[in-house]
Amino acid sequence: MALKGHLRDFSVAQLFNLINLAQKSGTLTLDGPDQAAWVSFREGKLIYAQLGGEDGTITGILVKTGLLTGKQATIITTQYPNKGDQEMGLLLINADYLTQQDILASLNDHILEIVFDLFTWVDGFFRFDADVLPPGDRITIHADMENVIIEGSRRVKESEQLDVEVPNLDMALRFVERPGADIQKVKLNKREWKVVSFVNPKNTIRQIGKTVKLKDIEIRRVVYGLLQAGLVEIVRPEGMPIPAQAQRIRPVDQREHASLIDRLIQRIRSL
Amino acid sequence: MQTVKMVVTGPFNAGKSSFIRSVSEIDVVSTERKISATAKRVKETTTVAMDFGRITVDEALVLYLFGTPGQKRFDFMWEILSEGMLGFVVIVDSARPETFREAMGILHTFRAYAPTPYVVAANKQDMEDSWSVDDLRIALKLPEEIKMLPCVASDKDTVKNVLLELLYSIMEEMDIPERE
Repeated sequence: MALKGHLRDFSVAQLFNLINLAQKSGTLTLDGPDQAAWVSFREGKLIYAQLGGEDGTITGILVKTGLLTGKQATIITTQYPNKGDQEMGLLLINADYLTQQDILASLNDHILEIVFDLFTWVDGFFRFDADVLPPGDRITIHADMENVIIEGSRRVKESEQLDVEVPNLDMALRFVERPGADIQKVKLNKREWKVVSFVNPKNTIRQIGKTVKLKDIEIRRVVYGLLQAGLVEIVRPEGMPIPAQAQRIRPVDQREHASLIDRLIQRIRSL
Repeated sequence: MQTVKMVVTGPFNAGKSSFIRSVSEIDVVSTERKISATAKRVKETTTVAMDFGRITVDEALVLYLFGTPGQKRFDFMWEILSEGMLGFVVIVDSARPETFREAMGILHTFRAYAPTPYVVAANKQDMEDSWSVDDLRIALKLPEEIKMLPCVASDKDTVKNVLLELLYSIMEEMDIPERE
């Protein structure tokens, strides 16, 4: 029988930990509100992951990670139709498009990024089917889940911290009039420069992120860095109406909560 | 269906798995592994991920009991397990004073994760060399307002009492009188 339930009861980290420690082989299906995901394990090690609706073939993954262009992928798949991932990988290596290391590293990064993202899923259903594995022609990895869980949990913490520091992506940025740091000493990386080039009270942080192709967490990370460096400040975007007075938060229903505790007490007394 | 959870924590070999097993209506989902030679002097296996027990309250409410891993190297699971808990139980092995300091550390860590009510269960009170509840309170520097309860994890009645006292503490914190 498959192990199944709701992510509110078992977090993704708990599920991964169970599978790792029990050294299970099989596939964990996560059915979130917006998307589904499949994560496969062999003897507790992570071997494969795929998001629903994504092209999970090796060419699709290599396009996504930037090692192949869409045009190259189309040419290859047209020239060699119906090839499995392993055959396609060999073709790419033999044609000197890519090395084996390129393909494996790209696949590894792609799978881990999917898995790290799953740590933030808190709503939806899960189902673990023992011994159900990806099709035999898929190229798989072999990642130790203990490290994945630690890194995934770290990323969740970082994400929560960034949510606090940069809570609203619909705000804009502007350069501070008197920078808090010696600008000569501030070193920006390529990604930060891209963001800086769009800093303008007319652009929301979300718009900048979309333009420079950064995920929400990535744009938050860059903005946080710029805020810490004292280069920019968060402002209300030009033309944005001032929100109406925030609605008073309804106090927690104490009576309802008390009733719940009371039911628990009655039940435990009856054990 | 609403689900609520309580966490059962404490040092290695304090009796967390037995505690949950005593009251769970399902076979406890336990992730135990054989342990290293050093720790083997104390017991054969230890919980490495979590124990998981369930008590169905009624058609609309289920209580889950989560036991934390006993060994420090798995403490990254603690914060995950503590999310959304109603309260927690710290189990202390009354007969092993060398674990008291660790129990205090675990207690403070969980308090930092969530300021929910908690109680301390002085387990293994049936053993000859166990410390009394009063002595244990002093050793753990436990404030008077925190309940320290005698317990034998394999004895359902004492486990029930610990859980009930935790629920009473939750009720007291809400400042709403308990229904008779």
